[in-house]
Amino acid sequence: MNEHKAPLDDAELKALSQGLHQLYDPVLDEPVPERILAQARVPHGRWRAAAIAAGWVVLGLGAGAIAGWQLHAWRSNVPPQAALPSFVKRAAVAHAVYSPEVRHPVEVAADQEQHLVTWLSKRLGVKVQAPKLDGAGLALVGGRLLPGESGPVAQFMYQTQNGRRLTMYVRAEASKNRETAFRYARDNNISVFYWIDRDCGYALASADLDKDELLRVATLVYKQLEQ
Amino acid sequence: MNDADSIVELIPRLRRYARALAGERASADDLVQDTLERAWSKLHLYRRGTDLRAWLFTVMHNVYVNQLRASRPTAPFDEEMAELAQPVRETDTLVLRDLDAAIRRLPPDQREVLLLVALEEMSYEEAAGTLGVPIGTVMSRLARAREKLRAMLSGLPPSGGKQLKIVK
Repeated sequence: MNEHKAPLDDAELKALSQGLHQLYDPVLDEPVPERILAQARVPHGRWRAAAIAAGWVVLGLGAGAIAGWQLHAWRSNVPPQAALPSFVKRAAVAHAVYSPEVRHPVEVAADQEQHLVTWLSKRLGVKVQAPKLDGAGLALVGGRLLPGESGPVAQFMYQTQNGRRLTMYVRAEASKNRETAFRYARDNNISVFYWIDRDCGYALASADLDKDELLRVATLVYKQLEQ
Repeated sequence: MNDADSIVELIPRLRRYARALAGERASADDLVQDTLERAWSKLHLYRRGTDLRAWLFTVMHNVYVNQLRASRPTAPFDEEMAELAQPVRETDTLVLRDLDAAIRRLPPDQREVLLLVALEEMSYEEAAGTLGVPIGTVMSRLARAREKLRAMLSGLPPSGGKQLKIVK
């Protein structure tokens, strides 16, 4: 089948496969229940709305975000930006203010992560979490509460072994059902990936990581929040 | 062909997999329905030109895992939730209903891998991509599933050497 040592030999796989097909193939010929058809025929309009919402900035990497597939479809020819959403601007400023801090980068350090997450969740009124980004070589430094436009927001800070930093800015979304694709913006020298997923808006900001690195982290974060 | 048509065409495949995964018809169809709902809300994340079926299976996997979590909050997904109690019967032949029962008693993570590979005929790479796990994890789950199936279907302890045999 492939170059890996197979946990099933061919005969076993074939026997199993035959058995499973005999058991479950009859489902293929059953009439599809109306409730499922109705769900599948979700209107064109909705697809179009999603496409428009995602717009030209859609990276087309959602499948990758979910499944960890290849991400090389990243396109860099992003047209000039419209005005940034204000929370993105705020995320960039918050990154610029706190990430150079040596002695006081965060309010609550990572050794009290549970407390940090509980506290921020309580203040924001939504469940926030600090994603595990060890896979991207980033360790949690800690986090803080910040004033947002209309209430509290949270900032988590991460850094690599050699001190390159990234912050994740989280705010509660008033309308619970909005979703957007990943979008990229640049504010001065700070790169930001941002998106909205149901009850939270997220902005990952870094002056140290390049766009591709940031995208990888955004994918990792999205995947964890998805679960 | 637009996305709606493509998705409608894939429904029988989704239902078959859901039936094998979730067992009972109503809950399997619930799973398909929830999957489609989620797929629509996430469609802007689907990368056009990639395998839509694999993407939908990934969505279904995520929905399924969330349902398992919600229904059994104390049991971690990777733990052996469905530890086998005793062999199904003392025989070296396998009839289909034994296979059905045995599949049902596998831990969900092993059942998924087994179904993706043996029923959906995905490669290990595709199964790994669908489940969002490393290929080594796919292989070890598959190996464990096989050991359990052998034990359940042959009445032997997992180290027993009998071959799995299907009699139609």
